[in-house]
Amino acid sequence: MISAHLPILQVVVPLIAAPLGLLFRRTPNLAWLLTLVISWLTLAISVALLAQVLTGGPISYELGSWAPPWGIEYRIDILSAFVLLIVSGVGALVILYARQSVEAEIPGDRIYLFYTMYLLALAGLLGIVTTGDAFNLFVFLEISSLSSYVLIALGAERRALTAAFRYLVLGTIGATFYVIGVGLMYQMTGTLNIADLAARLPDVVQTRTMLVAIGFLTVGIGLKLGLFPVHVWLPNAYTYAPSVVTAFLAATATKVAVYVLLRMYYTVFQGHLFAPLPVDEILFVLGILAMLAMSAVAIFQTNAKRLLAYSSVAQIGYMILGISLVTVTGLTAGVLHLFNHALMKAALFLALGCVFLRIRSAKVDDMAGLGKAMPWTMAAFVLGGFSLIGVPLTVGFISKWYLILAALEKDWWWLAAIILISSLLAVIYIWRVVEVAYFRARPAEAPPVTEAPLFMLVPMWALVLANIYFGIDTDLTVGTAARAAQFLMGVGS
Amino acid sequence: MNRHSILRVVAKFMIPYIMLFALYVQFHGDFGPGGGFQAGVIFAVGFILYALIFGIENGRKVLPAGVNRILLAGGVLLYAGVGVAGLLLEGNYLDYFVLAHDPVHGQHLGILLVELGVGITVASTMIALFYVFSGQDVRR
Repeated sequence: MISAHLPILQVVVPLIAAPLGLLFRRTPNLAWLLTLVISWLTLAISVALLAQVLTGGPISYELGSWAPPWGIEYRIDILSAFVLLIVSGVGALVILYARQSVEAEIPGDRIYLFYTMYLLALAGLLGIVTTGDAFNLFVFLEISSLSSYVLIALGAERRALTAAFRYLVLGTIGATFYVIGVGLMYQMTGTLNIADLAARLPDVVQTRTMLVAIGFLTVGIGLKLGLFPVHVWLPNAYTYAPSVVTAFLAATATKVAVYVLLRMYYTVFQGHLFAPLPVDEILFVLGILAMLAMSAVAIFQTNAKRLLAYSSVAQIGYMILGISLVTVTGLTAGVLHLFNHALMKAALFLALGCVFLRIRSAKVDDMAGLGKAMPWTMAAFVLGGFSLIGVPLTVGFISKWYLILAALEKDWWWLAAIILISSLLAVIYIWRVVEVAYFRARPAEAPPVTEAPLFMLVPMWALVLANIYFGIDTDLTVGTAARAAQFLMGVGS
Repeated sequence: MNRHSILRVVAKFMIPYIMLFALYVQFHGDFGPGGGFQAGVIFAVGFILYALIFGIENGRKVLPAGVNRILLAGGVLLYAGVGVAGLLLEGNYLDYFVLAHDPVHGQHLGILLVELGVGITVASTMIALFYVFSGQDVRR
């Protein structure tokens, strides 16, 4: 009986747990325990959902027993099940890590708020992915965004407040543009259900109203996912947020926004939008610019968190590039990189969280000599960095392999060359950190540094090992991503 | 504000009616314009008027920030709880049909409780915002 209700439980379990977190104002450890149990429960639900979808095809759930398209439908297909697994998997590992890091970075009387907001953000992100209703998606987008503004503002430095405020302004513009786009689609079709929209839109897609809708949707979602020219909120938000928040948001929030873009382009418009408006070509150019320009900017950063933030914008460029190729291989590469990038960025940001816990800084120069003082943490950073660069036997290699395959499929050798150049830029910025940590001695006057606690090392290394495991055994990731890509392009099953 | 007896008397006279009107908007929402959101705002306005006229300290005695926080979460939980009740009664989430023997009564009961949850949360949110902006809720 319970298996039929998994799509709603996926969202409702963290949503109900979030207000309960308020009970643990004076006992932050209990709030952490509650959050831990809930996040592992959501992970279990995601795994069960993915298994159901892989064997039985898409699942539909009628909220309030009102049949779609009148009622709100929750719809889980192979793509949403895959993204659910990413979000809840990273969420579960990050929260296992969170207790000590949060204690060190957030004032004691606000820790319960952190866990409440974290659960709300988790519920919002999972909701975006499960829902089959374009307006319901907007509601969850707001739930996840508002809670992430609070999470970022909890950062220790006062600059976290301005970073959160800037994200709030730009994020609200993004969400508003999205809802304007949905409103225009509703005006032309009279429906908000995504499957119903998909059936009705092809008739009207050539109208000017739809052109405006596509424009608003693309810019709105682009703002949320950190698309290259409108990514300006992202570096500061990632830099000044608490370490745990940075790892969680970097691995999930932008990925979910990419999912929304895929959903709109390939499920709602079924790819018909590229004829009236060449958004694929626009995204193609922006993706390449992001890969090159943002990797280059990352090289010159002095703060390691900001360095990785710019690298995130560049990596989003890879996903956008894969999506904009509009081929099955390109989409496979894009969807695959969603998963792989979540693994590598979560591992890297968690490593920086360990560093921050011990030296209270994320500046590259302050990390001198840490290779000896914190061997496990820095080894995790190096392996995560390898994955980011795309060294064989890591997930980064698999993503880039498929992206290059997609480029070669079109006989675009120059594109493969650009992907390689961008990877070489990644070598430079990762090397900057590695060089300081391993080849520069710790200053004599600096206080002694010990390795991070075991509770933080275990989840971080679990992510690092996942980077290597999924770089060797690609059945789950490539298999699912390929099926999702075929599903989106409407070929095969 | 102690010397402004007209304000005090008029406010004392008005506040019960504002709150009664809020309850009317709340529970008449099934049949006419209204509902939880509007009712919550009106109810909070009655309380904020009290705190403005008789002092924020007195307002905090009537409704401490801690209690308000519990109401804030309680409204959300009431809404979500109605959804879970539908699940437990072997319907779908937020399924009101199964809440009573007669499906129409079930719908009535479901929307009534859900709107009540909305009303409670909206009222406490307004009051919480008022507390924060009046500078009394610093780190407490």
